[in-house]
Formats: sequence, structure tokens, C-alpha cells
Amino acid sequence: MSPSDPSTTLSDHSPISRRPTWLLLPPLAWLGAFFFVPLLLVLAISFATRGTYGGVEWTFSFANYVTMLDPLYLKIYLRSLALAVATTALCLLLGFPLAYYIARAPARWQGIWLLLVIIPFWTNFLVRTYAWMFILRTEGLMNTLLMGMGLIEHPIEILYSDTAVLIGLVYGYLPFMVLPLYAAVERLDRSVVEAAWDLYAPAWAVFRRVIWPLTKPGVIAGCILVFIPSLGAFITPDLLGGARTMMVGNLIQHEYLVARDWPFGSAISFVLMGLVLLGMLVYLKVERARQGDETVSWAGGDRQ
Amino acid sequence: MADYSVEIQDVVKYHSATLAVDHLSLEVRPGEFFSLLGPSGSGKTSTLRLLAGFERPDHGDIRIEGRSMRDVPPNLRPANLVFQTYALFPHLTVFDNIAFGLEMRRLSRAEIDPRVSAALDMMKLRGKRDRLPAQLSGGEQQRVALARALVNRPAGLLLDEPLGALDQQLRQDMQVELKAIQEQVGITFICVTHHQEEALTMSDRVAVMNHGRALQVGTPQEIYEAPASAFVANFIGVSNGLTGRIVTITGARCTVSLPDLPTGPTILARRPAGAVEGSRVTVLLRPERLHLSQDVHLNGFENALPARVSKAIYNGNEMQYLLRLSDSVSWKARVPNSGGDRKRFLPGEVIFVRWNADEGVVLTE
Repeated sequence: MSPSDPSTTLSDHSPISRRPTWLLLPPLAWLGAFFFVPLLLVLAISFATRGTYGGVEWTFSFANYVTMLDPLYLKIYLRSLALAVATTALCLLLGFPLAYYIARAPARWQGIWLLLVIIPFWTNFLVRTYAWMFILRTEGLMNTLLMGMGLIEHPIEILYSDTAVLIGLVYGYLPFMVLPLYAAVERLDRSVVEAAWDLYAPAWAVFRRVIWPLTKPGVIAGCILVFIPSLGAFITPDLLGGARTMMVGNLIQHEYLVARDWPFGSAISFVLMGLVLLGMLVYLKVERARQGDETVSWAGGDRQ
Repeated sequence: MADYSVEIQDVVKYHSATLAVDHLSLEVRPGEFFSLLGPSGSGKTSTLRLLAGFERPDHGDIRIEGRSMRDVPPNLRPANLVFQTYALFPHLTVFDNIAFGLEMRRLSRAEIDPRVSAALDMMKLRGKRDRLPAQLSGGEQQRVALARALVNRPAGLLLDEPLGALDQQLRQDMQVELKAIQEQVGITFICVTHHQEEALTMSDRVAVMNHGRALQVGTPQEIYEAPASAFVANFIGVSNGLTGRIVTITGARCTVSLPDLPTGPTILARRPAGAVEGSRVTVLLRPERLHLSQDVHLNGFENALPARVSKAIYNGNEMQYLLRLSDSVSWKARVPNSGGDRKRFLPGEVIFVRWNADEGVVLTE
């Protein structure tokens, strides 16, 4: 084909529309060297055995994967799962109204509100978690205030419990829910919401039939962003849950740093990662089958 | 049955400190195609949103079928809005979009399906029932938006710039079609537009709005032939004006002297109601009603004024001329190109603008 032929100049042969594949090389190299190779190492170590004084002995065995099924550990997995699900649900419950309010505020205020949402990131997470210990402990801020107002007679023993961990996790991951939800609501055409209202839908039906399905991509993104780090959290349960509330993240940390059983820690890490990945794939598959391909591809962002 | 389908009674609406609707009162008769015509910011869209219930009046009341709409939210009002951007539900098929209102009113499937099917047929959308809005053309989306509102058989259908998003050709076709649909369903239509031709073509009555008030309410013919003010006249395309003073009155005619023009000529005009000799008047003329000629003679016309062509613009089916009658008076003239060998004028040429007295709109001051 000749370059003067107008039907071909605008096709993928033109230099402008050619995909700049080379742009991918630096990130791929980085991820390969510092993510994928270590991941393979973890996989390899998970099939090794612990040396007598810690360390890794390269004798192939499935023993670590069998040990994992011990009821003692299963309880930890279930508690982690329950806490991660509860954290995600609470974040969604708190985050949706907040994100909706911000996205519908005057443009000038949206920036201020969003700034307030992400301001906690400016302080170290560990420091913020210590602050929560200060708030929640028996003689802490919360109990002092509540007793001072005469609302309670005896301090609430809340620190070092699942509730304290849940509070800490919701606090820590709420912004990850709010930001994608904000983006989803911001994209939502106001007149579509008004149209539902005009077409006899009461407030709840407007939400369920129009706002919810149209912001679902943001809900899914927010839930994934909150659920996964909550499931693997270890600082929050360590500081706010104490020794009684161990989550799978603490278990892994414990195996690596205290028990010095790297192979077992690696096995747990790998199974955790695999299960999360599997869960997401199953979810996407189910969702796609339920809604039909058109809606999912629409939700992917090809809106006009 | 109430005398009026929709009544707006002394409604005032502020948007923060801005007065959007200023003591507006209008009555719309059952089955009428009523248009609110005005420039942007004239309060016409605010009025529509007040009717739909998205906003509450700060003063006054709105009645639909005689019932006060004070404290009635949009979902309980017997009026439906067709949005300028259509606002179709992007995640629902054409069928489900149209069925939405009926489902919300908890009608049974046995009632919903035939009504939606009938609406699809009426809007020529039968083959598109399972498409998503994004898969439709602009004109099709517009028909879905209409069907989605009409299927509910509201007491009033509110239309916000219904043809604004369509291209020129489709726009003209839809003007006719929309009017035909309205006559077929017999529902009261209240239409907001800034497009004078659209309003005049489709409406039974038009309210010309500016600064939140209705300046004139009347049939398209009344508005077109007898605009009540310079603003209305201007807005419906009567853009050429001259101010003068009535010298003599003879029956239904008068002679107007024009001190603004260098030769101080007089012209013949219709006598406005209540005018006496000596009244100051403004004579307004439509650009398409002027005849241009190099001939100094009247040749059957009643008025002729000299002018210099300052610009000649070829616009496909017509020529647009900018004419200077004096240093301070500029007119526009539009001459169809259909004549083939019709004489065209060049910038700089001095010609004569001719018209008959009845073409002029005369306003007293």
C-alpha cells in the first residue's frame, strides 16, 4: 500500500497510532526483578523445610501445606476473613454517603473534602495506630470523655479486642473506599438520577435501580482495595488486638520473624494470595454471567 | 375537570441571590402545546424544574389539574420531564427504560408490556427494544426519552429543549413529528426552547420570557405579527428598527418622520393602538421582508429608503446583506438565491430598501 492512499494512512500503520510498547519495558523490568523473582522464591521456599536453627533447608516437602490445615490456624484464617469482610462492609456503609456528598458538593468544596479524606496519609500509619491505642485504652480519651459526660459509669474495655481491630482497620482503609466511590458518583449524570425521581421512583428505588448499578464499578474497586489489605493487615491487629486477636498477617509475620520458620510463612503467604486471586476471578465470572457481557463492558468505562 | 391543566400562580424563585423567576403567572389549557421561549437565563428552565418538582418556589404555587403541588415531590407529580440530554438509564434496555415509570407505579406485567409495546410502535422503535441507549442514534435516543415519559400518560409532559441536541435536518423533521405526536396523544405539552422558529412551528401558544417574567403570551401568529415589545420583536427575529415620530394619521395608517436618517424622510406604517400625532414610535422590520433594488422608484411598494451595502454574505440558499442607512443605523436583509439570475449587490453599492407599510411592526414608547 502506498503512503498516499488515504484509507491506510489513518490505520494502525501510521506512526501516531502505533502503540508505544517500549514504554512498558522499564516497569516490566522493575516488576520482574523486584516482584516476580521474589515471589518465585517464596513459592520455592514454601516447599522447603525449616532448619534446626531457623534458616531454609532445601528438602522438598508438602509438610507446610499440611500443617496449615491445623484447626489452630484455621481459626486464625476465619477470624481474618470475618474481620476483612466486616471492615469492607463498614467502609462501604460509611464511605458511600460520604463519597456521594463530596461528589455532589460545589466544585470548590470537593477539593477541600477530598484533601481532608487523604490528609491522614501524611502521617505514618504506625503513629496513627498508636494514637488509636491512646484513644481506646481504659484510661484513654474515649473513656475519659464518655465518663466525663456521664454517659457511662465504668470505662469500656475495648482495646485489645476484635472491635478495636475493626475500628482501626475501618479507619485505615476508609479512604481507599471513598476515592473510587467518589470517582464513580462524580461520573454519574445528575439528570439520570433526576429522571428516575421524575418517573415515580421514591428515594430508595432511585438508589437501588439507578445509583447503585451505575456506581457499581466504583463499589467493586473500593471493596477490592479495602478487602485485600485488611485481610493481610498485621500492624493494626498487632497493636490494637494484642496477643488475643491474631490475624493471618500476624501469623505470617510471626513465622518469619519470631518462629523463624520461613518455609511455613511462605506457604501461608502463597495460599492467602492464591485464595484472594481465585475469589476475585470467581466473583468477576459470576458477575459477568449475571449481567450479560454488554453491561460489564459498558461498566468498563466506554461511556459516551 | 379543572379549566387549566397547569397553572403557575405568582411564582418567585431565587437561585442563591439571583432572581430566576419573577412573579410568574401562566395558565396552560388541557391538551395545549405551550412553549416557554426565551434566551438562556430567562428563567424558562427554572420554571420547568419548578413544574417537575426538582425545585420549590420561594413564593406562589403551582397547580396541576387543579391540585396544589406544594410539598409534592417529583415522584408523586402527574407530570413527566423529557430531559435536554435525554437522561436515559444507560444500564437498561430501551424496553426497560420505557417500562421504568410503570414499574415504579407498581403496575402488573400484564399492563406494562402492552403499553410499552404500544409506545415502541408509536415511536418506531420496535426493532430497538433490546438495545442499550449507547447503541442508538441521537434521534432514536430522543424518541426513547419521549416514549419513556409519554407511556405514563401524564397530565403534563415537560420538554427541556427537546430538539436542542439534534442536527439541523432532524430538528426540522422532529418539529413536525413532535407536534403530530402531541395531537395524537392529546396530552398537555410544556416545552422550553430558545429557538423561535421551533416555538412558533410547534406551539398552540407561546410565552416569551426574559428576566424570569413572561413578556407576552399568545398564539404564534399573535407573537409574530404583533410583538408587544422591542425585546419580543427582536427575539423572534424582527431585528431592523427605526425610531421616529408620528406626523399624520389617516385611518389605520400613519406617517412617521425619521430624524435619525440624514435626509429626514418619512415612511408609511400601520397605526399602533392608542397612538396620536406626535407619539414617539419604533418601526421594526424583518430581514426577510425587505426588497432590495437599485431602482429609485417605489414600483408598487409603499416605502423606500436609501442604504449602502456594507457586507454581502453568500449563505447557500440566501444572500445576507448588512446595510447602513446612516452612521448609527444598520439593518440586515435576507434575499433568497432561488431566482437564479437575480441581481446580487456588492459591498459599497448604494441601493434602495423597499417594503410595504403592513410588513412593519410599530411599537409606541
